[in-house]
Amino acid sequence: MQNTTPNEIKPEMTFKKSRIKTSAGDKIISVITYFIYALFAFVCVYPFYYVIINSFSANNLSERGKVLLYPMQIHFKNYVSVFTLPGILDAAKVSVYRTVIGTVLTVIVAAFLGFMFTRNTLWRRKLWYRFVTVTMYINAGIIPWFLTMKLLGLTNNFWGYIFPMIIQPFYIVLCKTYCESVPQALQEAAEIDGAGTLRVFFSVMLPVIKPIMATIAVFAAVNQWNSFQDTLLLMSDEKMYTLQFRLYQYLTSASSLKALVSNSTSSTAMMASLASAATATSIRMTVTVVVVFPIMCVYPFFQKYFTKGIMIGAVKG
Amino acid sequence: MELNSSPKKQASYASLRNINPRKLRSYKEFLLILPFLILVALFSYFPLFGWIYAFHDYKPPFPITNDTWVGLKWFITIFDNPVRLKNVIRVLRNTFIMSGISLLFSWFPMVFAVFLNEIRCKPFRKFVQTVTTLPNFISWVLVYAIAFSLFSTNGAVNSVLQQIGATTEAIPFLTQTDGIWFKMWLWLTWKNAGWAAIMYLAAISGIDEQMIEAAKVDGATRMQIIWHITIPSLLPTYFVIVMLNLANFLSNGMEQYYVFQNAFTQDYVEVLDLYVYNMSMSGTGMYPLATVVSILKSLVSVVLLFVTNTASKLIRGEGFI
Repeated sequence: MQNTTPNEIKPEMTFKKSRIKTSAGDKIISVITYFIYALFAFVCVYPFYYVIINSFSANNLSERGKVLLYPMQIHFKNYVSVFTLPGILDAAKVSVYRTVIGTVLTVIVAAFLGFMFTRNTLWRRKLWYRFVTVTMYINAGIIPWFLTMKLLGLTNNFWGYIFPMIIQPFYIVLCKTYCESVPQALQEAAEIDGAGTLRVFFSVMLPVIKPIMATIAVFAAVNQWNSFQDTLLLMSDEKMYTLQFRLYQYLTSASSLKALVSNSTSSTAMMASLASAATATSIRMTVTVVVVFPIMCVYPFFQKYFTKGIMIGAVKG
Repeated sequence: MELNSSPKKQASYASLRNINPRKLRSYKEFLLILPFLILVALFSYFPLFGWIYAFHDYKPPFPITNDTWVGLKWFITIFDNPVRLKNVIRVLRNTFIMSGISLLFSWFPMVFAVFLNEIRCKPFRKFVQTVTTLPNFISWVLVYAIAFSLFSTNGAVNSVLQQIGATTEAIPFLTQTDGIWFKMWLWLTWKNAGWAAIMYLAAISGIDEQMIEAAKVDGATRMQIIWHITIPSLLPTYFVIVMLNLANFLSNGMEQYYVFQNAFTQDYVEVLDLYVYNMSMSGTGMYPLATVVSILKSLVSVVLLFVTNTASKLIRGEGFI
């Protein structure tokens, strides 16, 4: 494990520089490869592009699937009407809170436990490490889990989003692996100076293991933001709905959405042109953009962390 | 830290009042992690006690008592009741087909990575890698939202098909059952393939450059290098992926199928995980029966995990757990 510190992993290094000679067959393969990968890229990018341009194009056109290549009759009324939908601001708040609180707790706990499981002094270290990591393979099923949550009073409770997610064995394994690659002398020096366990963790280890914490933070945040199933299982109170859950509702219950649309626009519909009057399609697309936007913003900057994460994970295997 | 060579000896010297400081420290450290161990016990181990509901005639909100004990009744009813048995068989069929297709095409990310690595233009390669990984980071709800806007009857695809005259009637892609399993696999691949390929790209970067140079000197073409060097070097990674796929054969997860299911397609996309959910949460409230199904699923999964891990140990010399 020691020889695979995350710093050494460079996926970009795969390019092999050498051009001895290329045969005609090789050239044909090149052309085909470029074409196919352009197609793959298109398939992955276009859906996002399509939804985004439709969210600010004329609603009567987007409803019939006429906005395909570029935005038409640009207007931003959809965003106004989406943010006036009942419950959407609450949902946004819940989503943001759970992402922030959940991520901070998950990362700190993963770092702390990862660090503690490297301490030889910890009583029954191996046993507790197993105790935590075995849960990766244990799954009681949704009903026992739901009943437990109910018993603990975590249904229809914001903390139901947080507590079950705090301990993530996989992140703890990642942290432990990383801590093991840090020279022991660092901790020993601090201990000789009289630092206690917590002091060693906060003052010595925490600054050193920042890279792995960043990686985990990105993963945890995306997980929290994307989480859908726990709302479905635990929350019946509308105040606890997340953006993902609201979006799902808008997608599946066309009738209730129509009611919402006519409600929210009834006062303005008279004056609004067909192009900007909210439709079920426009609401759906705009909410989709609102929900996907944070991820698309975060993703390009943190891509290296994502990549790092899967590498360390793969090494651990 | 290892200086005190034998703590046991030291402890015997120490009087009862005077506990060995090293021991004291190790207990203190245990106390520091204790709260988190309790969290693990609460959320991961405690629910296992819920399995007893499978042996009771549980009707919420009434608690279970000795009187509600029914033994293996629920286990037997699965096979007794012909309608239920038919349902279970249908759900198993869906699960097996979905997992089977995934397994059958599990080489796709590897091939994707191999040929992506052949692209010489670095910006283009990075671009492809970045955008094909993006779908992995959006939720299934968002995937469905995007699928909905593209493939619904008034979505982009139908609009284009009608414009070029390929069809006059809108095609209900999301509600028709033709090729539904393959479509589900396509969405899964759209979401995951780019991400899965990263691991292979890392493995490719680990291939010894000298091997490839030597092959080039011997006049190997690019296809020959791929076939005789790159692919064989990736096989160990691929093998682990296949084993993991096998271990998770019964666990497709419910989210994808939950968001994509509708009245028309439900019979074809209801996999085991979703079946358990649908059975327990959609009104009928058959908690015990759903628990029975998840217990059986867990047992089979554990067996699969051990079998594949042992197979991996035998073939590769190391397991993946």
